[in-house]
Amino acid sequence: MTPPRPALDLSLLPDGGVRWLDASGPNSDIVISTRMRLARNVSGYAFTGRARDGERLRMLAQVRDALGAVPSLSGSLLVRLEELATVDRQLLHERHLVSKELAGLDPQHPIRSGAAVFLGESVGLLVNEEDHLRLQSLRSGFAVPQAFESVHRLDQELGSQVPFAFHREFGFLTACPTNAGTGLRASVLIHLPGLVLTKEIGKVLSGLQQMGLTYRGLYGEGSEVVGNFFQLSNQTTLGRSEEELQDLLVRVVRHVIEREEEARRVLVRDAGYIIEDKLWRAYGTLRYARSLTFDEAMNYLSGVRLAVGLKLITGLSVYTLNKLLIFAQSAHLAHLEQRTLTESETNLARAKYVRQVLVSEGGGVE
Amino acid sequence: MICDNCKERDAVVNLTRIVDNAVTQLHLCEKCAAEKGVETTVAVAQHPLGDILQAVQQQASTTSEDAAACSFCGATARDFRATGRLGCPHCYDAMEKSLRELLRRLHGSSRHVGQRYDAPVTHVATPKPDSIHDLRDRLQRAVDTEQFELAAELRDRIKVIE
Ligand SMILES: [Zn+2]
Ligand SMILES: [Zn+2]
Repeated sequence: MTPPRPALDLSLLPDGGVRWLDASGPNSDIVISTRMRLARNVSGYAFTGRARDGERLRMLAQVRDALGAVPSLSGSLLVRLEELATVDRQLLHERHLVSKELAGLDPQHPIRSGAAVFLGESVGLLVNEEDHLRLQSLRSGFAVPQAFESVHRLDQELGSQVPFAFHREFGFLTACPTNAGTGLRASVLIHLPGLVLTKEIGKVLSGLQQMGLTYRGLYGEGSEVVGNFFQLSNQTTLGRSEEELQDLLVRVVRHVIEREEEARRVLVRDAGYIIEDKLWRAYGTLRYARSLTFDEAMNYLSGVRLAVGLKLITGLSVYTLNKLLIFAQSAHLAHLEQRTLTESETNLARAKYVRQVLVSEGGGVE
Repeated sequence: MICDNCKERDAVVNLTRIVDNAVTQLHLCEKCAAEKGVETTVAVAQHPLGDILQAVQQQASTTSEDAAACSFCGATARDFRATGRLGCPHCYDAMEKSLRELLRRLHGSSRHVGQRYDAPVTHVATPKPDSIHDLRDRLQRAVDTEQFELAAELRDRIKVIE
């Protein structure tokens, strides 16, 4: 079966939109990426969920007309999601460039007219998601100030062209009251295998909830935690300034990183050979398996990532492991094979792809 | 444990705060916690959406704004309860009282202290939200949701433009 129109060409994006995977940022052995999101709505329009198709399209047109005066998005790639095949929308979602809702992958929210994303160097602008506009930036590693700076600049530039809905008491107005105020969701994608293996994770997660942070799985709200990857973000958006929300995230995450490092030291000290055996088995499975489900791949990748962090396995880069995290997902594999795949074909393709990457890196040799 | 604030009643809320790099624990009784705008259920909430719908449901019986529709998009408090989403920015004014209460429950505060914002004066060149097309869409929605007062008003405005 061929897609209804030419497949999405992500080579048009600088770095294919995955520069944030390159492990160049601070603490990138533990923190994969930092993401900042600002929810904004344009005055004079019903929110996306209540708007009619015509209103959504005029909203999009108004934003597009204003973009000439927004340097942060100059030369950006506009993707009209409604015009893409499902597999291409899923690809963008797997790359963390659009939300599940905007990609129309949620059965409760089919793709809507006017769903679009503008992708720039380090920022993106989602149009007609739950809110009219979701401004986001994604950075490698634990880079809160840098990520905020990019999204803040985009906010200032765009907000001087398009009138945002703002209330003197409630701040920026959003379709869901959980996002009102600053509209800021500051989050990190963090890998915590040490805390999971030492069974400390429960305590840490409940502790961070007390601090006003919340956690999710790899793909945001409602998604499951796989491969020991957690997304930590601020729970509230109102009543604290943007600076306070960033500070909160930085302080708590710094603390979590220290706990993770401590847990890793304990593991090596108290259970050295058991851990070593477990991690080499994970590597062996990835290196030789003929079929891998997504969850299996994530869990073994988590083990190998930990082994690289502990310097048990050398010659494999964190960048490669980060890329596997993204490129071993089903829409990416379908693109690679240039055809739609059944579930079992996907598992075969995944194992083949992982093997090839590991062989070409030549890692794991003692 | 005794409440740190009034030193009278038993503390039921443990508030963990980070102030100037130091983690402090504040133990409060229910009354003092409420006065400080601390909602005891917020800290344990895992899924913001489940939480918000629950909070909205709890309010259902107390609100008197139930029947009033937003004069811009026609949404009512009932619509909000059904979806957990507001209809447009004006809904925040139409349901101001109950929203203030809800925001306090969700965020521990209803007052924005972050960045202030002044909207730009819109250029004539950009499509105005009040275009004839927008008015027609709003009219259609008002009719669909049986907001006949709003529909009549929009019909008049369209007549003036045409
Ligand atoms: Zn008290
Ligand atoms: Zn409204």
